[in-house]
Amino acid sequence: MDDSVAESAPLKILIADDSNSDRLILNTLLGRLGHHVIEAVNGQEAVFLFRSKHPDVVLLDALMPEMDGMEAARQIKQLAGERLVPLIFVTSLSEAESLAQCLEAGGDGFLSKPYNQVLIKAKLQAFNRMRLMHQTLSDQRDLMHVRNRQLLEEQHVARRVFDNVAHTGCLDATNIRYHASPLSVFSGDVLFASPRPAGGMLVFAGDFTGHGLPAAIGALPVAEIFYGMASKGFDGGDILSEINLKLVRILPKDMFCCAVMVEADFAHNQLKIWNGGLPDMWLMRSSTERFILPSRHLPLGILGAEQFKADMETVRSQPGDRLLLMTDGVLECTNNEGEVFGEQGVRLAVEHAGSESHPFDALMDGIRRFTGRQKFGDDLTLCCLEMVDEAGFAVLPDNAVASTLAGPTQWKCEYEIQGRTLGEFNPLPLLLHICMEVPGLRRKSGEIYTLLSELYNNALEHGVLELPSDWKYTSEGFDRYYSERTERLDRVSGHYIRFSLYHELSNWGGRLSCVCEDSGRGFDYKSHPVLQATEMVQSGPRYGGRGLALLKRLAKSIRFHEQGNRVEVVYDWYF
Amino acid sequence: MPIQTRRSHDGQSLIIKIQGRFDFSTHQAFRDAYEHGGKNVDGYVVDLSEATYLDSSALGMLLLLRDYAGGDNASIVIENCNNDVRKILTISNFEQLFTIR
Repeated sequence: MDDSVAESAPLKILIADDSNSDRLILNTLLGRLGHHVIEAVNGQEAVFLFRSKHPDVVLLDALMPEMDGMEAARQIKQLAGERLVPLIFVTSLSEAESLAQCLEAGGDGFLSKPYNQVLIKAKLQAFNRMRLMHQTLSDQRDLMHVRNRQLLEEQHVARRVFDNVAHTGCLDATNIRYHASPLSVFSGDVLFASPRPAGGMLVFAGDFTGHGLPAAIGALPVAEIFYGMASKGFDGGDILSEINLKLVRILPKDMFCCAVMVEADFAHNQLKIWNGGLPDMWLMRSSTERFILPSRHLPLGILGAEQFKADMETVRSQPGDRLLLMTDGVLECTNNEGEVFGEQGVRLAVEHAGSESHPFDALMDGIRRFTGRQKFGDDLTLCCLEMVDEAGFAVLPDNAVASTLAGPTQWKCEYEIQGRTLGEFNPLPLLLHICMEVPGLRRKSGEIYTLLSELYNNALEHGVLELPSDWKYTSEGFDRYYSERTERLDRVSGHYIRFSLYHELSNWGGRLSCVCEDSGRGFDYKSHPVLQATEMVQSGPRYGGRGLALLKRLAKSIRFHEQGNRVEVVYDWYF
Repeated sequence: MPIQTRRSHDGQSLIIKIQGRFDFSTHQAFRDAYEHGGKNVDGYVVDLSEATYLDSSALGMLLLLRDYAGGDNASIVIENCNNDVRKILTISNFEQLFTIR
């Protein structure tokens, strides 16, 4: 409606005056101005008529029998509630105190008797403008409330859809503590965790630029890629490359995703980490020994596949080590003075955590103390992953998912990777995929993956690359081991690793035979302590020994051939 | 005016100077600055000497400029950052894409 039309539209005006003559004069005046008039002879009737006729403006005499103007004003204002109904006292009073009482009772203004038509017209117009403005503002506010509620409802529905794609994975595992707002995806934060088929875990935290729907849309494919690839046994680096490629393709140029990928290997006590644009991670070994793992990469979604580097940094760990990772929201928390928590705040909270307190609690408490608030914003994500002793820790149960397909039962497969491919490609997800076609093996995906990865890593690191496992005794040796591994992989040539898989069914279950052969020089398996032992012996912290011990425990038999560069493992499963 | 542009002495590059907060509110002005910066620009200099703050949408805007200026072949210098601004550029490893001095 046009404002000028609304302002000059006739008003429904309630007048209350006990003087018949005054009422008549006022009625005539208002009628001449084109307004519709309702008359009351005292306050009580005014209140009654206000309730039933809903007038736009009320003109009240201050002094009336039954109920005076003041009391009527109070009741009318209460009835009007949030609606602005201009309430004007018509009075011959002139003492300041009496006039003030009229205003205190809820009056908005005065018209003095005797009446002046010009003044009445101008005053009504002024109050009507105010009334209409108030109406417009209330309508807009109500509309905003409705829209906001719709938006929140939509977000909750969208959140449920998102949850179906990006289920929480294993974030509820006993070794993970985290804080992530249920609606954080709309502020651009994501946090995923997945068990790996061979044990261990992958954790991914991301922070998209921007807020709302655009950020949430970017999060969906990231969740799909992460959980899909993690469950198939791909490693963190492969998953990062895939996510990056996807984001480069779908995000506008000015959007990207700061991210952290953590690959926790509990069996070998090591962490692999990648940080692209998120705040420093903290690795805490004890109350005094801490390491900072800073961002060393560009965020995801910026560089094309040729330039993107998904190399993960390998860090030696111990059971009990805790890795703290967070999004920008932690550093950007502000207190009442407008200061930010910042890196300094994180450092203080972490360093002052006593030996008993969990670093996760210490940091959460630190943020609460600093901000003076118990609740956190949506754009703050914090996660703490603890390294655990793998024995006694299981996140991936045998998944006995029934399949309608019988699957292949008798088959043979030979797969050999050669030359440069050794340095560029991880064949384990592919081999696992082939084995998982057999329903009986699918239930044992963790054990099969462990078998394959132990065989493969042994063949690659000790066979092809000739890395001595005893380097890993010391922390200097550990770093040397992994830098040598990268260097030697870069220039590997003329080598191969060959897998021969054979599966057959029997009346009690099935048998998978797996031969892994490499082009390396082999090793003296005849005198290896683990292979000599008739009893199960854990030969200290020695990696190679540990890997062999693991194979020996899982497999029905393990035999070495040639110079030790050909291993044959037999694995049985039962109906 | 929070964003000013001028040519370098040799006329080869466009200098874009940002004052105050470099965030989403400067999006259009920053874009206008390089899109209407004239012809024959060989390189860009983003002068942050008077920028007090930079957020992730500013990083996004720098990426847009880089794309506009030729992607991998772009020549863009970001100069005179204060410590806070520099820290943000460092965490995101933007020195891999821009010359920061």
